[in-house]
Amino acid sequence: MNYLYYPGCSLEGSALEYNLSTIAFMEAMGIELTEIEDWTCCGASAAESVSHLLSLALPARNLALAETMELDADLMIPCSACYLNLRNVAEKIKKEPDILNEINTVLKEDNLELKGDIQVRHLLDVVATDLGADSLAPKIRKSLDGLSIAPYYGCQCLRPYTVFDDPEKPTTMEPLINVTGARVHAWDMGGKCCGASHMNTKMDVGMELVAAILRAARGADAVVTVCPMCQMNLEAYQKKISATYGEDLSMTILYLPQLIGLAIGLSDKDLRLDLNLSITESFRNKLNNDCVK
Amino acid sequence: MNQTAMAENKAITISFPEELSEVQEMVRACIQCGTCSGSCPNEFAMDFTPRRLWRMVLMGQKDDIFKSKTFSLCSSCYYCTLRCPRGLPLTEAMAALKQIAAKDGLSKYKQSSLFYKSFLESVRRHGKVREMEFMTMYFTAMKSPFLPFRFAALGMRLMGKGKVHIQIPSKGEGKLKAIFRKVEEMEGR
Ligand code: SF4
Ligand code: SF4
Repeated sequence: MNYLYYPGCSLEGSALEYNLSTIAFMEAMGIELTEIEDWTCCGASAAESVSHLLSLALPARNLALAETMELDADLMIPCSACYLNLRNVAEKIKKEPDILNEINTVLKEDNLELKGDIQVRHLLDVVATDLGADSLAPKIRKSLDGLSIAPYYGCQCLRPYTVFDDPEKPTTMEPLINVTGARVHAWDMGGKCCGASHMNTKMDVGMELVAAILRAARGADAVVTVCPMCQMNLEAYQKKISATYGEDLSMTILYLPQLIGLAIGLSDKDLRLDLNLSITESFRNKLNNDCVK
Repeated sequence: MNQTAMAENKAITISFPEELSEVQEMVRACIQCGTCSGSCPNEFAMDFTPRRLWRMVLMGQKDDIFKSKTFSLCSSCYYCTLRCPRGLPLTEAMAALKQIAAKDGLSKYKQSSLFYKSFLESVRRHGKVREMEFMTMYFTAMKSPFLPFRFAALGMRLMGKGKVHIQIPSKGEGKLKAIFRKVEEMEGR
């Protein structure tokens, strides 16, 4: 199997470990990723807050570049915000040909033209649908039994385009967690919102949303995410949130490829667990402990 | 009402009235059922619920809409869009209001829009966002000596992990200049 790959800006910065663990995991699964040459920012949540046309043109540039690579493969994206931005263009131009014309008027300035024949897929979709627990099972080298894992999906891989999971009660991560030997932490926060960029512009509101998620995760050993923005919101402000609400809300937060990567025998060095901002002592102990064989 | 709200109590003029009518088209079929309000994770912090905001949009109450902080509190979770029984593109309608506020430089929305504009400026220059550069531009634009403080600790942690680096804002190669210029021309900004 072969995929075109769009890492996006965060994966070269604050979410470096998501990039590196994704590459390591895919390689171990025998999957080839081909990064889009000369890719640029998708506009994140900034473009849609400032200009509608820009919020289409920035992701469209990357889709057009992907088309020029002439590879018969789907495009895989690990960041939910990038995924939604690129997917949004792919969906919109199917329904409204006028938009495609407008986009191409802009892209012409960069000598590019968008046709719209590439499938845009989220990393979770690829791992859950194309790989699936069945293809992971024979590769498990280290059972994570004894761990309880809370799957956190966030918003933008689930909504508004309901492609591979139930947007109200997502479940696609559960078989992937079970196959590692770990238990799924029972909660109903998987598809709830982490506040996205509220942590930067409206911190008090963002903290409220994140606190509710961390509180519900209590009892789990780790929360697993599939988006750098969710990951950052959940892991980076735990001290401040704990102090504000007067309760201990510290929690290990991992990216999905890190968790399943551990189970197929990749080392925490391969998966760059050293780069995560919140891995608790007790999680590390459990991971190195005999209860995890 | 707090003091800033009082100071802003003068009439708000939007220089793009036709754009509010685009938002009106988006929510024209609203039946005021309140599903959007009940689904919104940020409703607790809003001064008007989403349902009331859509009513205000349909009534053309632009002063109230842009004095309210409701649209700026939308974190694009798409729950309302998913659940609206009329299938209305509500998250996009929230974004359309943000775009009007950003264009008109409305003071209530200043902090968010400076954040986004700094981000995009970094993208325009380099093609990709340089996280530290964009933060520096944002703080400079906010002219707030207290703001960087809030992020200093996180910045240090990320730097310690070698994930971000101190970046003095630079001109860059202007990789996306042509695209940005064309968009501005087509949107008549
Ligand atoms: S859910 Fe839709 S129809 Fe119901 S109040 Fe909100 S916008 Fe109107
Ligand atoms: S998309 Fe925005 S307005 Fe709609 S429910 Fe989510 S946060 Fe609220």
